Amino acid sequence: MPENTAQASNEALLDIQDLSIHYITEDGTVRAVNNLNLSLKRGETIGLVGETGAGKTTTALGIMRLVPDPPGKIVGGRINFAGEDLTQKSDAAMRNVRGKRISMIFQDPMTSLNPVIPVRDQIAEVILLHEKVSAAEALAKAEEMLLKVGIRSERAREYPHQFSGGMRQRVVIAIALACNPELLISDEPTTALDVTIQAQVLELMKNLKREFNTSMIMITHDLGIVADICDKVAIMYAGSVVEIGDKYDLFRNPKHPYTIGLFNSLPDIEKDEDSLKPIKGFMPDPMDLPSGCPFHPRCDVAKPICMQAAPSEYVNVSENHRVKCLLFSDTTGGE
Amino acid sequence: MHKFILKRLGMMLPVLVGVMFVIFTLTYITPGDPVMMILGDQAAQEDIVNLRAELGLDQPFLVQFGMFVANTMQFNFGTSFTTGRPVLEEIGFRFPTTMQLAAMSVVISVLIGIPLGILSAVKQYTIFDNGATIIGLLGVSIPNFWLGMMLIILFSVNLGWFPTTGFETPMHWVLPSFTIGISSAAIIMRMTRSSMLEVIRQDYIRTARAKGQKESKIIVSHALKNALIPVITVVGLQFGLLLGGAILTETIYAIPGLGRFMVESIQRRDYPIIQGGVLLLALVFSFVNLLVDILYAFVDPRIRSQYK
Repeated sequence: MPENTAQASNEALLDIQDLSIHYITEDGTVRAVNNLNLSLKRGETIGLVGETGAGKTTTALGIMRLVPDPPGKIVGGRINFAGEDLTQKSDAAMRNVRGKRISMIFQDPMTSLNPVIPVRDQIAEVILLHEKVSAAEALAKAEEMLLKVGIRSERAREYPHQFSGGMRQRVVIAIALACNPELLISDEPTTALDVTIQAQVLELMKNLKREFNTSMIMITHDLGIVADICDKVAIMYAGSVVEIGDKYDLFRNPKHPYTIGLFNSLPDIEKDEDSLKPIKGFMPDPMDLPSGCPFHPRCDVAKPICMQAAPSEYVNVSENHRVKCLLFSDTTGGE
Repeated sequence: MHKFILKRLGMMLPVLVGVMFVIFTLTYITPGDPVMMILGDQAAQEDIVNLRAELGLDQPFLVQFGMFVANTMQFNFGTSFTTGRPVLEEIGFRFPTTMQLAAMSVVISVLIGIPLGILSAVKQYTIFDNGATIIGLLGVSIPNFWLGMMLIILFSVNLGWFPTTGFETPMHWVLPSFTIGISSAAIIMRMTRSSMLEVIRQDYIRTARAKGQKESKIIVSHALKNALIPVITVVGLQFGLLLGGAILTETIYAIPGLGRFMVESIQRRDYPIIQGGVLLLALVFSFVNLLVDILYAFVDPRIRSQYK
């Protein structure tokens, strides 16, 4: 296993600027990701948090350039990865990035492995693609990866259906980490798993991430997972990041009304509350986003200006904590 | 796996008894008297009664059926009413031709159907896909006998590329095989297309893309194997249809096969030939279906573990 020479530095590994991804269908344009900004340093883990339909998975697929086209299109913005704009890369060049420099773990381990190929061969495939090794060496390395994720060599030749969900997700993790990528995108890797298995898989990911010094985007709607394994957190709403910051900073001092709403929707065992305080209403239809700030119809503290103008600039809450909300803009009076 | 095959072979027995009952009942209730066919209209009443007793046709239905089953179990299919030769000999002599024709048609329909189906799915809604859909629709709707005649007119009579009738040389095989194979090719193409379309939307295809795998490789090594399972079923079922299709096609191309012989035997009320022939075709069809089930296991490990 070659050591990853890239060490944590101040230079951003991933810097997404004003990314917009739309699905253009006959019924209309689904604006899944709108002017999204996100940056991540080497070795860092960022949690991408939001409700279903906030555009988290589309963002991840956008970084991989795997948004199904048609109907999906990256309509604007830049995805700078290690100094190169991924949106400008050719398909062939992207194939050398996928699996080697950026890997992805998908949500449902029950469906993300090919049912007719032994798990060992599915791992060996990515090794053969990106490393100059013989088929036998790739298979041997695949077994090594399986051991790393806690699957014995005797089971290497078995097929996905012979494994449980948690074991399958370990195989998916082995595939994703086989070529020692610089960035790992995990799209709700534990949502489909039992709670006990969930903890095991997260622990495994944490250890492997440390071992390989991989940067990670952890897509989740579980703030507990963020608290457990992330350094930073970005809150997504209607396709853009509304608040981003250091985990401790943001958890202690959430600013955006949506973020506050998210925290209020969590049950707290310490406080003896009769009911949760969910955010009223639903995520807006991305085909028909409201005027102004997309959150204003659900916002308790919305001002008249929020219905007309969408916030475009981030306001610094602290050095490592920024929020995109008109309540904090100087022009509208701020806090 | 061996256990599974043995079990399936055992299950074929009741199926074949059922087939025997159906064939026997159908020939029994079909109007027309084989004795009259053999002796002609002018036969003496005494000869008719004697021959009927000799052939066992004067016995009650159940006795006749029992004798038929008992004889069949001993591989004794009787002798042809018309030629007087053993049924096995008559059928065995023509059967290879029909099997060859059916096998070649299957090969042609698979070779045309599967690649076109894959291309249609990969290039969904393009001109190619729409064109293939239209051709496929034509392929399914054109009747065999008409297609056969048109192919003869075009390729034999006008262009002179292939002989019009017979089955002696490989050149003779081309037109009949295509005649039978085209409609199956169309069905296999449509099946492959829809199966592929379903598979290429699966998560594991996205996983393969996320590995950085090439699209062409993804189609061949990830999608195809998964998409083939329903296609194999259809190919197996098509084989039965192809055997049926052979009857008409053999007549058009004057091929000395089992199909044409069966039609002639039906016209002559040659019961032993009809019964033996249908039974043989049912046996072949059962074996093809067993083969299909075994093929599943090779393609899909999930089915393989069920067979244990």
